[in-house]
This record gives sequence, structure tokens and C-alpha cells, in this order.
Amino acid sequence: MVTAVASVTLRTTHPKASLLDNERWLAFFLLAPTAVLLGLFIAYPFFEGIWLSLTNARVGVPGEFVGLRNFQKVWNDSIFRTAVWNTVWYTFITTVVKLALGLWLAQLLNRHFKGKAFIRAFVLLPFIIPTVLSTFAWKWMFDPTFSVLNYLLYKLGIISTRVNWLGDPDLAFFSIIVVNVWRGVPFYAISLLAGLQTINPELQEAAAIDGASAWQRFLHITWPLLLPVTMVVTLFSVVQTFADFQLVYVLTGGGPANATHLFATYAYQIGVGTGLLSEGAAISLAIFPALFVVVLLQLLYIRRVENR
Amino acid sequence: MIEGARWRRWVSFYLPLGMFVVVLLFPFYWMMITTVRPDGELYRPWNAANYSPFWTNYPTLEHITLLLEETLFTTWLWNTMIISLASTAISLACGVFAGYALSRLKFRYAGALGTGIFVTYLVPQTLLFIPLADTIRNFHLGDTPWALILTYPTFLIPFCTWLMMGYFKAIPKELEECARIDGATRFEAMVYIILPVAVPGVLSAGIFAFTLSWNEFIYALVFMSSSEQKTVPVGVVSELVRGDVFYWGPLMAGALLGSIPVAVVYSFFVEHYVAGLTGSVKG
Repeated sequence: MVTAVASVTLRTTHPKASLLDNERWLAFFLLAPTAVLLGLFIAYPFFEGIWLSLTNARVGVPGEFVGLRNFQKVWNDSIFRTAVWNTVWYTFITTVVKLALGLWLAQLLNRHFKGKAFIRAFVLLPFIIPTVLSTFAWKWMFDPTFSVLNYLLYKLGIISTRVNWLGDPDLAFFSIIVVNVWRGVPFYAISLLAGLQTINPELQEAAAIDGASAWQRFLHITWPLLLPVTMVVTLFSVVQTFADFQLVYVLTGGGPANATHLFATYAYQIGVGTGLLSEGAAISLAIFPALFVVVLLQLLYIRRVENR
Repeated sequence: MIEGARWRRWVSFYLPLGMFVVVLLFPFYWMMITTVRPDGELYRPWNAANYSPFWTNYPTLEHITLLLEETLFTTWLWNTMIISLASTAISLACGVFAGYALSRLKFRYAGALGTGIFVTYLVPQTLLFIPLADTIRNFHLGDTPWALILTYPTFLIPFCTWLMMGYFKAIPKELEECARIDGATRFEAMVYIILPVAVPGVLSAGIFAFTLSWNEFIYALVFMSSSEQKTVPVGVVSELVRGDVFYWGPLMAGALLGSIPVAVVYSFFVEHYVAGLTGSVKG
């Protein structure tokens, strides 16, 4: 380090150095690559998407301005409506379940036991293994004829005939929720564990001495202190779940009979599958207002919690 | 910690923890066992007589051989590796620079830019893939690795920037000021003094970005059309499923082998990964 500093002192008279010494110019140079990439591949496509959704473009056909006709068409589309409700329910149910199970697992991992680091590393695997690949393992476990889940449930005496996990609309939706929860719980657990570790254990001990039960200690000490972390973790999870694609694409492809579509899979089916670019763009843009409201509410809430 | 009776510890602790571990890891076990199980055993109905799904006495490598010899799996692996490494490198460079500027330098709009980057952090890929596909076509990047190398940073940079801002803020200003008094420029002070101290942050951001790129699916699905250009997730989905026929043996072999690189990287840097994960959700 010392030699590095010594050698750089010799070069300070360079004219370029004085430009880099000016805070505003340095900030400009440091932020330029990020601005260019985000501008080209987020801001520009975003506006292009808005334009596309107002035209009748198809793959290879530029299209003309048609006003809000796509949105009108989409609004009256019963599959789109199903997709909207599916997305809302999917996000709501999985978020509640993931939060509950994640908190539980975090509490378990917050104890002292042998092999803790090892278990923690393994528990995160569902979150780091590529979603598409692990979802394929689930699809194979849900297979109508060769399902290992059916075997297990049959042996345990819970079912007597085979369950067609992905063939029935309600069951398929349930299966998708199961896989999403499976993949998301580790993320919640590990993030919340980090939050739990910042809570002083003496608080728990003091409350226990005062006669508070485990549930009371959780409700009045752990939960309020963990709330800021919980809110941010939930925010990220809600955004990702709301815009989920991979899981449904692999498990059901939106089927059976378009019953399990989410915003993203339906946008893909229309925009890429059938080549109706403009309508697909309209569908995926429809995520935006809903997402915007959810994110705004959560950000406002987080700010309130933090300022308290 | 408050301890109960021994059996209570079993019911309230070991049992639930054991359940969590088993359920969370079972699909991976199922992936492995399917990979080495011969087809004859694989396709037996679940209620057939003496069906033992959890073990096989005749392990075989036929699925793996088929995957490696008759599909382009190794090409996909190579593509995924190159694309993940390149987009991670780009994102790290951008994220370190931007994070430093936003946390250390005083200039107009710094606050607004920080918020802007946080907002893009929350833009999901599925919102933009249709117009982005058009953009990619306009730039003549379609079906080349560049389509992914340049677009993956859009969801990696905000994360890297956010994480690095946290790390830079924690480094005392005096460290930098000493170097400045010794005559280093701001840029030099950043590269030679601050960056070495922030190496753990860079590692965390890098590991996290690498696993995210390896996991990415929808951009790769939409932007890549020829078999030779595909990444592992897309290749496995599109080339090992023909119509309604699923080749479960090779499919699971592909899922397993495609997961191993990320799992290996992860296992070497678990602590950094966890730091990145928890850092990413620190408000």
C-alpha cells in the first residue's frame, strides 16, 4: 500500500489527473458506463414498449398507431383477467406462506447447534440453483404417471388414487404455489436470520425472566424489531413473485386451458408465441401500474417504520 | 438461550429443522437418483409392485453420456459460463464506479440518481422483454452472446451499485484523505486505497451477480434462437423436450450438471454469498 501511494504521488502533475480530481467530472466519468447501459437497455425499451403497445405491430411488421385499442382488447380478454387474478393471488398467498415459514426457519437457525454453518449453506440451495432446472425436478415429481409424491402420499395413506397434480386447474395452481414457496423460503429465512442476529438476546432473556411466554416474546420483541428487515425482504420478494415467469412456464406453460397464466407467461404467449408484439407489450406493461402501487406503498411504509 | 426439557427440544427444534432440510433438499436428491437410474426402472408406475423409488441397484451413466454426446450440452455450459463471467465483470466495474460516486462524491442530482438506480433495481425482466427483443434486433445483436452480455448488467448493476454503496459508506473518510494529502488524486485514492478495503464487498457482489446470470431465463429464451447459442437453462428446456415427450433421464442429468458450476462457486464463497444476499435487502 505504501509503495502504491508513493508511486502515484509522482504522477499528480498530469493534466488528466486534475480533471479526475474535480468531483463533478469524476462523478460523471464513473457514472457514465452505468447510465449508458441502463439507458440503452432499460429506459429506451421502456419507452419503446409504450410505443409498441399503442400500435398494431407484429413480428417483422412495424405497425401503425392505433391508440388504446390493444389495452381495450386486453381488458375484455377473459384469459387476461384470469391471469391478473392468478398473479394477485399467487403473490399474496406465496408471500404470506414464505414469510411465515421463513420466519420459523430463521428462528430455528438462530439457535446454537452443531453443524449450523453447514445446514445454513445447504438450506440456501433451492435459491441458488437455477430455477428452471430445479423446477424441472418438481415437474418430474408431479408427473401424472410416475409421481414420487403420489407414491409417498399413497404409502402414508393420505390418498387412494393418483393425483394429477398439473392436469387440474386448481391443483396446478396449488402445485405452482408449492414450488414457489419451496424456492423462496430459504431467501426469507437467511435474510431474516441476518436481521434476527442483530437483536440483542438479553432482551429475550429479560422478558423470559419477567414471565413472558415464547409467543409473547416473539410478538412483542422479535417481530417489532425485525419489522424493517421483514418489510424490505417482502418488497423484493413481492416484486419478483409478481413478475414471475420461469416457474409457470416450465410447470404448466399457463395450462391446463390457460388457467394458470400469470402476467408474464401470458405476455410471452401472446407477444412471442403468436407474434402479436403490440398486444404482448400491452400485457407486460399492464404489470407496471400494479407493481408501481405495491412498491410505492411498501416504500412509504418502510420509511415510516424507519423514522419511528 | 432458554432451554426446555430434552423431548421439548426435539419437538420444537430438531423435528421441524429436519423437516425443513428434507423438504428443501429432496428435489435435488430426486434429480441425482433420476440421473443414474436406468430407463427400465424410471418408467414404472408409482403403484407398481416392489417399486423402490429412492434407491437403484443398477446405476447407469447412459443419461449423462447421451446428454454429453448427442446434445449440445457442453456448448450450452460454455456459453453460460462466458456470458455469466462477462456480464458479472461488466456489472462489477460499473457497480463499483457508480457505488463510489454515489456514496463518496458531492455533485448535483446525486440523490436523484441514487433513487433512479434503486428504482431500476425493482424493474423485473419480464416487464421489458418484448420491447427489449425489438431493441436487440435493431442493434443486430440477436442470437449472439452480446445480446445477453449487455442486457444482464441491467439487472446486475443496480444490485452491485447498491451493495457497493453500503460498503463504501462504511469505510472511514480519513483513509482517503490521508492518501489525498500524500498527493494522490481522487481516482487514484479510490483505486489504490478504497477499493482494496472494499474487496469483500466486491466478492459478495460478484458471487451474487454470477449466480443471478446463471439463473437468468427469459432474456436468453427470447433473444437466442439457434441451438449453438443457447444457455443451459434454455437449452435444457427447449432441446430435451420434444413436443410432449420428456426425456426425464437426460433432463435430470442436464439439470444436475447445469447446477454443479453454480453450486461449486457457491460452496467456495458461502459467507460472501450470504453477505451479498443480506446486504442486498438492507434498506
